[in-house]
Amino acid sequence: MSSKVGNSIGKEVTRVDGPLKVTGRAKYAADHNLKGLLYAVPVGSTVANGKIVSMNVQGAESMPGVVKVYHHHNVSGLYSGGDHAHEQRIPLSDETIEYYGQYIALVVAKTLEQAQAAASEIKVEYSAQPPTVTAQGLGNDLGQASARGDAGGTFASSPVQVDANYSTPTEVHNPMELHATVVDYKEEGFTVYESTQSVMGSQRGLMNQLGEPQERMRVVAQFIGSGFGGKLALWPHATLAAVASKDLKLPVKLMITRKMAAETVGHRPGTHQRVRLGAEQDGKINSLIHEYGSESSMGSGYRENCGEATPSLYGAQNLRVTSGIYHLNVGSPTAMRGPGAVPGTYATECAMDELAQKLGMDPIELRKMNEPKLDLSNGRPFSSRHYLECLEEGAKRFGWHKRKSTPGQPDANGNIHGYGVAGCSWFAGRGWGDVLLELLDDGTASVACATQDIGTGTYTVVAQMAADRLGIDPHLVNVKIGDSRFPPGPTSGGSTATAGLVPAVLSAAENAVVNLLQAASTDSSSPFSGISPHDLALTNGFVHQASQSANSGVPWGDLLKKLKRKSMSGKGNSQYASPDQTPVSMHSYGCHFAEVVWQPQLAQIRVSRVCSVIDAGKIINPLTGKNQIEGAVIMGVGMALMEQSIYDRQSGAPINSNFAEYLVPTHMDAPDVDVHFLDYPDFHINQLGARGIGEIGLAGVAAAIANAVANATGKRVRDLPITVEKLLS
Amino acid sequence: MKAFSFIQASSLGHAAAESAAMGTSFIAGGTNIVDLMKLNVESPSRLVDVTKLGMNQIESDSHGNLRIGAMVRNSELAEHRLVKERFAVLSEAILSGASPQLRNMATTGGNLLQKTRCPYYRDVAFACNKRSPGSGCPAIEGHNRNQAILGGSEHCIAVNPSDMNVALMALGAMIHLHDGKNERAVPIQDFYLLPGGTPHQEFAMMRGEIITAVTVNAQPKGAKSLYVKLRDRASYEFALASCAAIMKISSGVVESVQIAFGGVGTVPWRANRAEQSLKGKAPTTQNFADAADAELIGAAVQSENAFKVELIKRCTVYTLSQLANGGAL
Repeated sequence: MSSKVGNSIGKEVTRVDGPLKVTGRAKYAADHNLKGLLYAVPVGSTVANGKIVSMNVQGAESMPGVVKVYHHHNVSGLYSGGDHAHEQRIPLSDETIEYYGQYIALVVAKTLEQAQAAASEIKVEYSAQPPTVTAQGLGNDLGQASARGDAGGTFASSPVQVDANYSTPTEVHNPMELHATVVDYKEEGFTVYESTQSVMGSQRGLMNQLGEPQERMRVVAQFIGSGFGGKLALWPHATLAAVASKDLKLPVKLMITRKMAAETVGHRPGTHQRVRLGAEQDGKINSLIHEYGSESSMGSGYRENCGEATPSLYGAQNLRVTSGIYHLNVGSPTAMRGPGAVPGTYATECAMDELAQKLGMDPIELRKMNEPKLDLSNGRPFSSRHYLECLEEGAKRFGWHKRKSTPGQPDANGNIHGYGVAGCSWFAGRGWGDVLLELLDDGTASVACATQDIGTGTYTVVAQMAADRLGIDPHLVNVKIGDSRFPPGPTSGGSTATAGLVPAVLSAAENAVVNLLQAASTDSSSPFSGISPHDLALTNGFVHQASQSANSGVPWGDLLKKLKRKSMSGKGNSQYASPDQTPVSMHSYGCHFAEVVWQPQLAQIRVSRVCSVIDAGKIINPLTGKNQIEGAVIMGVGMALMEQSIYDRQSGAPINSNFAEYLVPTHMDAPDVDVHFLDYPDFHINQLGARGIGEIGLAGVAAAIANAVANATGKRVRDLPITVEKLLS
Repeated sequence: MKAFSFIQASSLGHAAAESAAMGTSFIAGGTNIVDLMKLNVESPSRLVDVTKLGMNQIESDSHGNLRIGAMVRNSELAEHRLVKERFAVLSEAILSGASPQLRNMATTGGNLLQKTRCPYYRDVAFACNKRSPGSGCPAIEGHNRNQAILGGSEHCIAVNPSDMNVALMALGAMIHLHDGKNERAVPIQDFYLLPGGTPHQEFAMMRGEIITAVTVNAQPKGAKSLYVKLRDRASYEFALASCAAIMKISSGVVESVQIAFGGVGTVPWRANRAEQSLKGKAPTTQNFADAADAELIGAAVQSENAFKVELIKRCTVYTLSQLANGGAL
């Protein structure tokens, strides 16, 4: 056994699953090509609001290779998926159509090509009404989300006011790996290979929808090509694949298309926001009013919580946050990276920039002026907040002092450079879960938990947590995740999985060590027989007398062999923690600085560099951590300048449902990104002080870019994305 | 995708004979037709592969004229020494489009026939006069941000997405067609048909004809050329507006100029009026802008694409200014 002196936490450990991924050996859901596999292709509605009048499936049924066609006349016995289903409608339950692309049939055939060909031959007659796909006003009032003081009165009497409307469009998650489900039904139950951010959530959703007990529903997701919130729970395609597999008693694969990804598996809904800031001449903000409306589907109550960060980010004594919702003929929206905070901080951080401009004040100085001493939304002290240090550090790294408050002179190429800054915040939550850790007689360890790695580095950071306590190389820890048969683990969502795994893995390791030392003390074949377990220790992989050096002891693998034991295990767990349950206000903070290059002759804007400074507690792995923030920044470039799902007004179809027309940044659009973590541990959340980092990197990026665009062009675009026609108008 | 049979053509005569049967399409690089077959927009019952017929050379004669075989891959054409030296605008246009993988597959002949990216054309759930004559045009009342402002009709406003063909249009290329017996040449300006009342008829070629080559004549000595493409992101996107120009200035005036627009027309758009406006005038920004205005008098905008008028004007002024300032070959 190779033991390693020093700890693993905070080290740039390369991904333990990296070799499997780059050699193509990592098996994703759709890679499970089981014996006798059948292929399922869903058929989507081509109207967005109406009813199916008739459906002719006979032609399709008689085509080569077709095994069966499912539709609302021959699928029944399904139940509500409850909280674990993204879509509340039960698939194929009746003739009602609520959005374009809603599944109306499923073709199962012996090959994918046969299923696709048959799917295109299903003839449907609809009675359709014009769909509602555009939102008006601020939506149906859902009331106040947060309030303090007299926000309206103090705004009215403030000498300096900003009152502006902002909007963000529908955005599609578009992970590289499309949603895919392979269901292997056997007499004893279901094995479901699913691309999911929660094997537990998918298991629960399928149990609910199919009316099956837990022991008959196994969900496996060993590798996931990301999700960005779109794979948190169950979608109808997975249910339908399970229905077909159970009915046909054969394995069934269903992988949706990129087009369906814009129609049926969620999106970040469009938002419409009004922000009012009332301030004194010195920049002190008296009043902050943030009203927002969120688009939603006909059946969903999901709304984009744009006020997530608003109440606690600044010290306005008077504040009101209200929300509204629009029910439209679109698919169910769902969480997408930084739900609420991302569109919300776009509006509020742009408004801060507009206020700074009105005051003739540096945007960083304005934020310093309004730094709260405690969280004014609940009166609690902050667990660990270094927002101003983020701004100061970022300003230094970025060269903020070179910014001009009005558009500067063109460079040698005729381009104007604009600088912008925006803050960001995301609540610090902690997922719950159980962990089983085993010390093995070959000197390695294994950690089992029904969580999953969506590409963020969970395999690696779990290995680091265990290795840190056991004093071995992280690559000697076998991390077993992505299977609902392991002890129940956290969802990979909301930036809560890593924070929740810390206490569970560390306590499991501690318990395994205690059990090992107990056995070492009592077993007669142990070299430590008769020595109190309290006088023994495990350091750098060696069991030894606490009073002596680690090297004087025995590697645990050798000890287990002497004890004639294959392994020694320990269990650990962590409890769920949400912001409402803690006596302190736990958030992560940060800021982004962006430089844009504006070419006025061509009305062309590009982002040239971004500097992000993040205060997210202790960073367990700066390598995978930095990668998270870099990816989020590039996503933010897309949000600011290009991303939007466009609904055809007449049909209700998301009309740009492919990667040529739904634009995301290419390599050439990716700016230079400088990521810096402050790395202050927050021990309120767990023993390592590690908060999550999945969401915060995206919050604020679009605002920083929009502020830089305003700085470069003198033009304030409040409706995302900032496309050329808005800059020309 | 529907099942189809695949025929390997062994000669031009063989290809022409095979293509006589109903439901037959030619396939070369396949970067466009396979895509459309997957979408059921094209559903040929027979595909005739024309990639084994030679026609894959780039030849130059003693006058510096170029003959480009129809099967020359886009990547090879763009990187060819003679093309880079004497027809830089063509190389630039090709390299601004698609991706290296696509350019390695796509052929010169196939690229000439590239179909529109109009989302309604590409989805069989929608009506489309180009795909299904007489069914209607949802783009006119629908999502039309990237549709054409020049050359449209009440039946079709689908924008031509090509980059290469914009450069060939500016270069005044000739398209060589073969029907298995004889070859004929069509000027590129006559090759592309405006939609009018027949948007499904896109090219001045007859059933059984195959493109064998494209020829371009040497450009005036001392002329410079440039392709400028504007889009929402830096790479891998069809043009919102693009301009190919070849201009020669002597004695302080524009002696000759050829201009073509991309991303704004239902066909690659030769800007004849702009050229007429500019000839013999001083190469000033104002004159460039006036030339663009002269061409854009006929622009017809939709609910979402009025910005293209200003954008193509800026693109034109920028391209010509770069040429006038000696900023390009």
